[in-house]
Amino acid sequence: MNNITTLKSIAMQVRRDILRMVHAAQSGHPGGALGCADFFVALYFDVLHHNPNEFDQQGRDQDVFLLSNGHLSAVWYSVLARSGYFDVSELATFRKFGSRLQGHPATHEGLPGVRFASGSLGQGLSCAIGMALGKKLDDDDALVYVLMGDGEIQEGQVWEAAMFAGGKKVDNLIAVIDFNQKQIEGSTSDVLPPGDLKAKWEAFDWEVLEMNGNDIEEVIDTLRLAATLTGNEKPVLILMSTEMGFGVDFMMGTHKWHGIAPNDEELKNALSQLKETLGDY
Amino acid sequence: MEKLNISLSANSGNKDTRSGFGDALFKLGQERTEVVALSADLTGSLKMDKFAKTFPDRFFQIGIAEANMMCIAAGLATGGKIPFTGTFANFSTGRVFDQIRQSIAYSEKNVKICASHAGITLGEDGASHQIMEDIALMKSLPGITVINPCDYNQTYAATLAVADHEGAVYLRFGRPKVPNFTPPDHKFVIGQALLMREGSDVTIFATGHMVWKALEAADALNKNGISAEVINIATIKPLDREAIMESILKTRCAVTAEEHQIYGGMGESIAGFLARNFPTPVEMVGMNDVFGESGTPDELMEKFGMDTHHIIEAATLVLARKQY
Repeated sequence: MNNITTLKSIAMQVRRDILRMVHAAQSGHPGGALGCADFFVALYFDVLHHNPNEFDQQGRDQDVFLLSNGHLSAVWYSVLARSGYFDVSELATFRKFGSRLQGHPATHEGLPGVRFASGSLGQGLSCAIGMALGKKLDDDDALVYVLMGDGEIQEGQVWEAAMFAGGKKVDNLIAVIDFNQKQIEGSTSDVLPPGDLKAKWEAFDWEVLEMNGNDIEEVIDTLRLAATLTGNEKPVLILMSTEMGFGVDFMMGTHKWHGIAPNDEELKNALSQLKETLGDY
Repeated sequence: MEKLNISLSANSGNKDTRSGFGDALFKLGQERTEVVALSADLTGSLKMDKFAKTFPDRFFQIGIAEANMMCIAAGLATGGKIPFTGTFANFSTGRVFDQIRQSIAYSEKNVKICASHAGITLGEDGASHQIMEDIALMKSLPGITVINPCDYNQTYAATLAVADHEGAVYLRFGRPKVPNFTPPDHKFVIGQALLMREGSDVTIFATGHMVWKALEAADALNKNGISAEVINIATIKPLDREAIMESILKTRCAVTAEEHQIYGGMGESIAGFLARNFPTPVEMVGMNDVFGESGTPDELMEKFGMDTHHIIEAATLVLARKQY
């Protein structure tokens, strides 16, 4: 168990990793990754019951996490490395030829921590349901977590999965929506208004919580609360408000940084706003 | 290549291939607790009822949501289960190609995609349901094994075999009752073609329901003094290249017969293999780039060029093209 100060330091380091990885690759998706850094750190360093040193695909008796919006790969890779799944030096290979750190997460190269390829949106919640059903069959009390984007839920399959998990009471499942209200082409309300998401998921028989995803204490408290709500015949959804690009002033308040890399000058500027380091890779 | 030497008197009575799947799935349920089954509201059509009733904990009714079903299966496979998904071939492939591609094939999941009502012999429902493109879709994906057994017994045996195989499988079968002629106790070996009838003038490579028609064609050709060899390509991917070469070195010409589009089907796989290794005249019997329509299976197989006489005509054509 890490204290909040330590977790905040890790989150800052993860943001430095994201920026340096995307800059080095000159491609990737920094905006959403920065926005979700606090969530990933809280999850992997505080909430998950997992064993980074003995990763296997089955994940028996361990909490498992799936990333459905695979373009957030940079934050996931950084947190996986920082929590011990593989050496942080490997982050330097992100998106490079021959790397296990593919542009979008994949199992094919054998990267510890990854159980499903993602990138084509809308599939992760269904995969998570499958893992949750398997755990029930095995009398495995561990939980299944999945993160989706708020643009991603425009995919119809998400609602097939939402209807199934609610209707069939898949109650060992915690789904999180990164509610940053932005997607590639602009605000979600311009592209396709999401409506009242809390009411929609409640109507599908989910327990719905809300949290500020950029307040690490609130994230921990809410994730812990979510875990206590499992096993009550309802899956749990957390609507997580985040700021795309959080931590870097010129990347916030815009969708511009969804999928582009900073240049040398922008990287320098960004890192100067995230000075504290635990040791860059 | 294993020889079966099947004559037309081998038919023990018409049965549907989907029942071979359902009966074998039930047997797997009895023998292996890691076998689970998923259905998208077509449990009865896939003959999965007995499994569903006997093993309710291991049966998942997903509803009419095939994309969700494929990815749930991928999740179950990750946890160590052996999931068998069941729906029509149309909804098992075209509707969910991206889910199979990303969450099953690319994610390397041990999911068995079991597809009934494949091909035009689905009949009266019409072209919306008569998928003739599923083999093309599935064989294009890296890592997926594609199996199309010919009768009830072989579908039963193939279903048992795919449970033992580590990796994603597309198992294709059909709706109508058709001759059941392979030996009931014959073990299915994935990737192995079977010599159904020996011959020396022309090889007929057939898959699925077309294997029986190929045997009928071989009989008719024989009466005209043409010795036709019939090979059952039950596994379309990976192809049994040795068996194909063994036969072609003897006959030097081939007819392919399948209940599928010519574009992207088994015939194309065989022709491609031969073009790369041993260029050989090939004629193809299959659906020729059109959609089907409502009708009885027999009416449709006749209209769209996949009946016994079409194989005979193709054999005559290819024999005329044979160089030596």
